[in-house]
Amino acid sequence: MTQPVLSVRNLTTEFHTKAGIVRAVDGISFDVGPGEVMALVGESGSGKTITGFSIMGLIDEPGKVVDGEILLNGQNLRGMSEKKLQGLRGDRIAMIFQDPMMTLNPLLRIEEQMVETVLAHRDVSKARAREMATEALALVGIPSPAERLRNYPHEMSGGMRQRVVIAIALMLEPDLIIADEPTTALDVTIQSQILSEMQKLMAERNTALIWVTHDLTVVAGLAHKVAVMYAGRIVEYADVDPLLDQPIHPYTSGLISSIPSSVPRGQTLRQIPGMAPSLLNLPKGCSFQPRCFAASEQCGVSRPDETNVDGVRRYRCHNPLEVA
Amino acid sequence: MLAYLIRRLGQSVLVMSVMATIVFFGLYMVGNPVDLLINPEDDLAAQEAAIARLGLDQPILVQFWHFLQGVVQGDLGTSFVHNQPALELILSRLPATLELAAFAMLLAVIIGIPLGMFAGLYPKSPVSKGIMAGSILGFSTPNFWQGLMLIMLFAVFWRVLPAGGRGETAELFGIPFSFLTLDGLQHLFLPALNIAIYKISLVIRLSQAGTAEVSLQDYVKYARARGLSTRRIVGTHILKNILIPIVTVLGLELGSVLAFAVVTETVFSWPGMGKLLIDSIGLLDRPVVVAYLMLTVFLFVVINLVVDLVYSLLDPRIRTKGKNA
Repeated sequence: MTQPVLSVRNLTTEFHTKAGIVRAVDGISFDVGPGEVMALVGESGSGKTITGFSIMGLIDEPGKVVDGEILLNGQNLRGMSEKKLQGLRGDRIAMIFQDPMMTLNPLLRIEEQMVETVLAHRDVSKARAREMATEALALVGIPSPAERLRNYPHEMSGGMRQRVVIAIALMLEPDLIIADEPTTALDVTIQSQILSEMQKLMAERNTALIWVTHDLTVVAGLAHKVAVMYAGRIVEYADVDPLLDQPIHPYTSGLISSIPSSVPRGQTLRQIPGMAPSLLNLPKGCSFQPRCFAASEQCGVSRPDETNVDGVRRYRCHNPLEVA
Repeated sequence: MLAYLIRRLGQSVLVMSVMATIVFFGLYMVGNPVDLLINPEDDLAAQEAAIARLGLDQPILVQFWHFLQGVVQGDLGTSFVHNQPALELILSRLPATLELAAFAMLLAVIIGIPLGMFAGLYPKSPVSKGIMAGSILGFSTPNFWQGLMLIMLFAVFWRVLPAGGRGETAELFGIPFSFLTLDGLQHLFLPALNIAIYKISLVIRLSQAGTAEVSLQDYVKYARARGLSTRRIVGTHILKNILIPIVTVLGLELGSVLAFAVVTETVFSWPGMGKLLIDSIGLLDRPVVVAYLMLTVFLFVVINLVVDLVYSLLDPRIRTKGKNA
């Protein structure tokens, strides 16, 4: 197996608030190889966005990565100096944010925001940086990119802005892109366009991609691997097809059957009862136990350890669903 | 844009005439300038001749009519005291106030914005807490007292700066300015600082609040995610976004300094417009007071216009709106 681009081991991120310690990410591990797409799936508050920011080294006070390793091409990002991290951000790891309306600075032209990104990492002339920006815009399918460079963000639609952000992410050919629900704020037609373009570009350039989402329908066509997060932990991790076809963890199963197309018309959608727990006050034992249809007595007592099925697939559950 | 300009001008003409009327009659009620201006030793005929020369023998409504006739022709009257056209007299004092105000604004910006941004970026640092506490002090102590304290410290105790006056001036375009000579600069510093203290405090609070708010925006985190240097993020991405409220307030403050630097100019005997206004009110020199206040309104109108223009330079979203309107 080739060396993974990103290797996360036992990553733990905590927020020390007045109300207590919140462990937003609780000992998660995964690898992403070159050209591989991993989907990080979970409800709001499950810790998927915090995982992304932890990898970027962008966790702000009162939060802190307290344990684990984040290896980018074998180099540990944790404990690296801010100066060195700054050199990697935007260059080797790029990030795409959720809401394109809020991501770009409203007072600066697209050109300035793209050129400054190039100049922060490459020793090139401004003219060359502008060329690179134009090429990147063309790559993500923005018509007449040279003119678009002169625009301000408010002169573009949401889909256009997200393309700009994707172009910025791709511009310096990073090894890894972390995309935090990049299509959630867009309408469905634009969403599918952007999805298929991203997929194509990642494969062409052999870039690793972590796609953070709460939307399992997106995952099927895009990802190779899926990590399902619940209350800061990865509860199930597998290749995409086995996971969607035969979920082992009751939570994964619940997520899948709450997709409208998964049941015949007229039948009530199965939903997961209750709400994601407050991280300040997690239930005893398995965090999912109060909402779980398969819960047994043991679930209220001890937290399930990780079970490895076949070297790839793993889950944390006392009562895994049968795999045929 | 043209319609907008015309509307603005119309508004300001209205304000100027209402204000001129109020001040004209108001000063008439305060007292009779004749009592202050006429030499009581003169004989009656000479006194009456002097009163007639000033036009003060006429009924007030007739005097007002003459005043209006003059205004339409661009003549705001002649000072009773200095026997010089009022507007000319005021304009001759304008450069002194102008450089005082400009220097004070400069201090407010170059001291206030960096301190405020620092406090906004590092709210927990003891330095920030010190800055914010200092700004409250700058707000709440009276201006004249700050002036007196500055004189006490710098002129009396340490004897490093002069206590008052304008010092040596040098001419630029035929206008005398203090900031062109070292002696003049030394004289300029304390009164400018006196005016600036309040504005610095104001700018600190605006920058601090703005920075704290803007720092939380997604585009700042995104700028960090792109690996930009802190300098670039603070100096461009944050700074540009906090400038609009600061420009608004500074514009208004500039107007009020130009018009009402009275206290500071009195404390530091700085021969500017404010001092002229106080002296003229004391002597009931009506033409000067009326002309002065009309000029003030005019200045405010101009400054507000400039502020509006600066907005559209700062924020492209305002520019687009203007095009559509």
